Amino acid sequence: MSSFNEHIPVWMPGWRRFKDRLATFSISIGGSGVLVTILLIFFYLLYEVLPLFGSAQLHSDEAVPWQSVSVPAYLAVEEQGEVGLSLQSDGSGRFFSLADGVTIEALDLVTDGPVVTAIGDESSADRLVALGLADGSVRLLRHEYRITYPDGGRLITPRIEWQYQSADLQLGAGEIVDVVVRDGEESLLLAALFADGRPRITRFEKEEDFLSGETTLEKEVLRLPENALRPEKLLIGSSQRWLYLVSATGQFEVYDLAKAGDDGSLSLVDSGELFGSAAGLTTADLLLGGISLLSASDQGELVQHFMVRESGSYRLQEVRRFETGGAVITQLLPEHRRKGFLAVGEAGELQIYHTTAHRNLLSEVILPAGRGGIAAITPRGDGVLYVGQDAMQRQWSIDNEHPDISWSALWDKVWYESYDEPGYTWQSSASNNDFEPKYSFSPLAFGTLKAAFYTMLIAGPMAICGAIYTAYFMAPALRRKVKPMIELMEALPTVILGFLAGLWLAPFVEDNLTGVFTVMLLFPLGILAFAFAWSQLPLRFRSAVPDGWHAALLVPVAVVLFWFCFAANDPLELILFDGDMRRWITTELGISFDQRNSLVVGIAMGMAVIPTIFSIAEDAIFSVPRNLSYGSLALGATSWQTLVGVVLPTASPGIFSGLMIGLGRAVGETMIVLMATGNTPIMDANIFEGMRTLSANIAVEIPEAEVDSSHYRVLFLAAFVLFLFTFVVNTIAEIVRQRLRVKYGSL
Amino acid sequence: MTSQIDKTIYSKPNPGPVVWLKSGEPMIWLNAAAVTLSVIAVVGLILLLAVRGFSHFWPKDVLLATVSYQGEERQVMGEAVDQVEVSGQQLREAGFELQGPGPFFARTLLKQGNRDFLDSDFVWLIDEQISDRRAPADAMVIERLEWGNFYGFLRSVSRDGEAIATETSSDSDRWAAFFSLIADTVAVRDKIHDIERNDIGEINYELERLRLQERTLELEGQLDPASQLSLASEREELDARYRVLQERLYVLYDSIAKHSYTAELMDGRVVSLPIAKVVRAFQPNALGLFGKVGLYLEKLWEFLSAQPREANTEGGVFPAIFGTVMMVILMSIIVTPFGVVAAVYLREYARQGVVTRTIRIAVNNLAGVPSIVYGVFGLGFFVYFVGGEIDQLFFPASLPTPTFGTPGLMWASLTLALLTLPVVIVATEEGLARIPKMVREGSLALGATRAETLWRVVLPMASPAMMTGLILAVARAAGEVAPLMLVGVVKLAPTLPVDANYPYVHLDQKFMHLGFHIYDVGFQSPNVEAARPLVYATALLLVIIIALLNLAAVSLRNRLRERYKSLES
Repeated sequence: MSSFNEHIPVWMPGWRRFKDRLATFSISIGGSGVLVTILLIFFYLLYEVLPLFGSAQLHSDEAVPWQSVSVPAYLAVEEQGEVGLSLQSDGSGRFFSLADGVTIEALDLVTDGPVVTAIGDESSADRLVALGLADGSVRLLRHEYRITYPDGGRLITPRIEWQYQSADLQLGAGEIVDVVVRDGEESLLLAALFADGRPRITRFEKEEDFLSGETTLEKEVLRLPENALRPEKLLIGSSQRWLYLVSATGQFEVYDLAKAGDDGSLSLVDSGELFGSAAGLTTADLLLGGISLLSASDQGELVQHFMVRESGSYRLQEVRRFETGGAVITQLLPEHRRKGFLAVGEAGELQIYHTTAHRNLLSEVILPAGRGGIAAITPRGDGVLYVGQDAMQRQWSIDNEHPDISWSALWDKVWYESYDEPGYTWQSSASNNDFEPKYSFSPLAFGTLKAAFYTMLIAGPMAICGAIYTAYFMAPALRRKVKPMIELMEALPTVILGFLAGLWLAPFVEDNLTGVFTVMLLFPLGILAFAFAWSQLPLRFRSAVPDGWHAALLVPVAVVLFWFCFAANDPLELILFDGDMRRWITTELGISFDQRNSLVVGIAMGMAVIPTIFSIAEDAIFSVPRNLSYGSLALGATSWQTLVGVVLPTASPGIFSGLMIGLGRAVGETMIVLMATGNTPIMDANIFEGMRTLSANIAVEIPEAEVDSSHYRVLFLAAFVLFLFTFVVNTIAEIVRQRLRVKYGSL
Repeated sequence: MTSQIDKTIYSKPNPGPVVWLKSGEPMIWLNAAAVTLSVIAVVGLILLLAVRGFSHFWPKDVLLATVSYQGEERQVMGEAVDQVEVSGQQLREAGFELQGPGPFFARTLLKQGNRDFLDSDFVWLIDEQISDRRAPADAMVIERLEWGNFYGFLRSVSRDGEAIATETSSDSDRWAAFFSLIADTVAVRDKIHDIERNDIGEINYELERLRLQERTLELEGQLDPASQLSLASEREELDARYRVLQERLYVLYDSIAKHSYTAELMDGRVVSLPIAKVVRAFQPNALGLFGKVGLYLEKLWEFLSAQPREANTEGGVFPAIFGTVMMVILMSIIVTPFGVVAAVYLREYARQGVVTRTIRIAVNNLAGVPSIVYGVFGLGFFVYFVGGEIDQLFFPASLPTPTFGTPGLMWASLTLALLTLPVVIVATEEGLARIPKMVREGSLALGATRAETLWRVVLPMASPAMMTGLILAVARAAGEVAPLMLVGVVKLAPTLPVDANYPYVHLDQKFMHLGFHIYDVGFQSPNVEAARPLVYATALLLVIIIALLNLAAVSLRNRLRERYKSLES
């Protein structure tokens, strides 16, 4: 009796009940917690990806009175968004605080000579400003900001630094009405529009004195043809190559500054109409990097152009048009760090665009209507300052983290800057700042599917044929040994397969290319020849080998065939391809050949996928009820006929499900493709070239991607795409398999 | 009678080609060929790994040969590691003048070492140019800490700058002196290593702890002069200890710095080299079978137990073995309880219906989600989000250097636990489903509560299935590399994640991993040719570890199954 009491302490029912409740409670919490955690993966990926597709947001900050006499001609904001610079058209100006509009330092720039008649800059991202004077000369200045941290707080001290003060920057006689500057390592380019309507361009070659380190400028006047366009606006591309003249009627002319004649005469490269219609120009500016020309018309058109080379000559190509919703854009504000820009409309619209993504991220009517105001964007692109004719200084902060991603940027052909035609390109980073990131998923998705295709081409037939034989024909004793052996391959780490593929198989295939193709051709033929020869042997001899041991019989045959094909590699290569098949492929067929190519990936990944498909397909075929095949055999069908007519149709959902799961595995496999291909994101189905897959791309790039940047989120998107793809494929496979199970249950 | 039947059966004519083709027999043979091919591929792969991996440690003969080309003769010496046939045309295009008729020419890849004296340590030789192949008995191989292997002939040995064996001494004397000096040096080097790793490591650890303590006080605004003073005195004490150790190190370094040997290269140059950099020296051509076996075992043991040398291309892989096993153990500790609880909930406690069926399919499918996706999740969620929060809350003193907000052992184990969770859940659930209902009902009928039934009856019976799940999980985790590249693996970890400093197990540390080691050494190393044999050995080791883990768990499962067999039937 005492032992009973030990096990069932009836004297403490409360304690037992408590324990039971506690177990129920904790298991329910723990179990559902684990299941929720699994769901978390999905939602976390989504959470990281979603900001990519959000629009920009504007938050209005407080407006303060503009403490100056009139709207400035030039407005800029420094890096931290705290201090602004405004220059009036008369050459006066001030540094002011953005927060309260108070003047930090008043400036009177030109006191010693002629009055300022024009103000221009290099690009909004640069702080180099050119002042055009009434006597046809130009002065250059740079606004600089020094940040110090006296007693904990941040203090920004602005100052003006004059540039090339000693040089004679005289462009001509007369009053300058518009001026642009482009400073480079080797030369300084100034172009000004004079009151007579003619532009004058002067290049100053820089020569550095080795002893003093001083730079002296050597002047070279560049001449436009007499009949050149009378422009409204002058623009110089960043590499100092192209000079764009645009007229008020939307005409343009492009001159090649790099190919000036001995007398400095410039030749016309291209001319035409910017808008393709009789629309008038309202404003034009260069995008970050100075390659793209953005122009807006009074008909509400907004167009991006850049120079494109076509059969040796250049032309200004219209690349894309932006939908402005009818707004007439009066000012363009290119972002300083990205290929995006803000547009200010006549009716008070403020719009945000991105060129590569071809997106309009925001369009709001919040500014005072009319053309009189001027806007400036912060260097970080997170704020905009607007000074209107109503003498108010308005500010907005912009929440626009990921303008560079859109459906079309990810999947469609995109015409990138400096490219000769639209294309699919993945190039996420470069060394320079004004680089246009190219986030096209197409080459990666193509690479993924290409790898999966060649894998399935090799693994599918092998695994299914193997499964058919193992499940239906093989002797049970042999099956018990063969099945675990093939399934053992599944436990083999893919890093080992990848390493063997990259370091052993790829050079081997390259050296024995002829042999590889000989095997593909000769192996099935050799097997058939052996099988026929076997069938011609006397029955007494054949019956010595029991049924279902064909496979074992074939081992020596296969080994001999392989040995023969690779031994014959060299002589065959000599006869057919002059001793070098690889060279023959590249020179005679014109197909490029990489050592680490799709063929190698297909074989290596095939090895990884075969056990998966084999195992599921074999189970499906093996569990087809025996009485079905017995019935067929009893009716006189041969075993092959029974297999094709009865067993395979019944097992086909299982085989399909195996293929799907195999495909899912091939799509997501990382290490093999990482090691066995060159990882170049190309779109080419050529079996002798490599690819870059989504998964390998993630593995290569995400450790270097800046957290929460567009690049980082795009890689998360790649992971999300992989997740969804494999999840859907596996779900289909699983549902099919469950159906199959129900069907077998009824048989 | 039987012979009569035999005769009729056996006298049946063999089928003609058309009949044979129609019978479907060829297709059966082709299907059989697919199985044969698959099996050959598996066996061939394992054999390839085994042969290349195991042969790496075998001391190869050193070849001395004369290469004559365009009237010039030169001596080469080294180990022949590869031989291929190349078409004459390829060679001629590469600018070689060939003598033989061709069309194919054999080329030999010679590992000639001596990186500090020659242009490259590997050289391709065209066999027809090689004459006078010899394997001189006094050729020696020296494995060094720097510059890779040395091949040459020993000429003299000097201790502290004084020659103790010269060219006139007998060969055996020279070698005896050389060996004894090497043994001395190795002992001193071990001592130095011990001091640097353990004693100085501990001091550095203490100093870092003091720095953090100071920063914590500063952050809390409690850094008063008194605590500053006590910190300073502690630091002073540590510095003093450090200086003493430093002094001892100088002495030790000094004691071996002047040992040197001179050796003659194959081209006649005589060079003097420090013994302090020698790992091992031997004369492979003079070694007998037993000598070679001994050397083989010694090198094998070094591979398993030593630290890597020379950017991972030489030496051992012990830190990688340790890291792999450690990570797998941690992962098992995390995944088992959670996986089992989830399975028990899903099968025993949750109401069965559409929802549980959907969850089951979802869990099943997660096993098929690419591992890199888990890596991305681990990096984003565990490392940057959770790790970042932990750093803010518990380790503000060491910011901006992240403690847990950077890839590390804990995040790697957690990520892999998540990756293998579906495997454990599915396997455990299958085990639970196999237990007959009457067993549970019997237990409940005897008055046991649900919890008691679960604990005493159901779980023990399902334990073989849980073990199966864990086996599969471990096998998958040990070989998985892609997610680890994002959440914690590095090519070279300076210390092991377990040491003598509190808290002994450093979950925030990065670690080395065999699979990643294969990828890194084979594909990212500057000298792939030199590293290749080591990669084969590492790959073989990884396969063996995974096979052993599997086998151990399989036998455990079988034993458990035996134990509960009576219950199941």
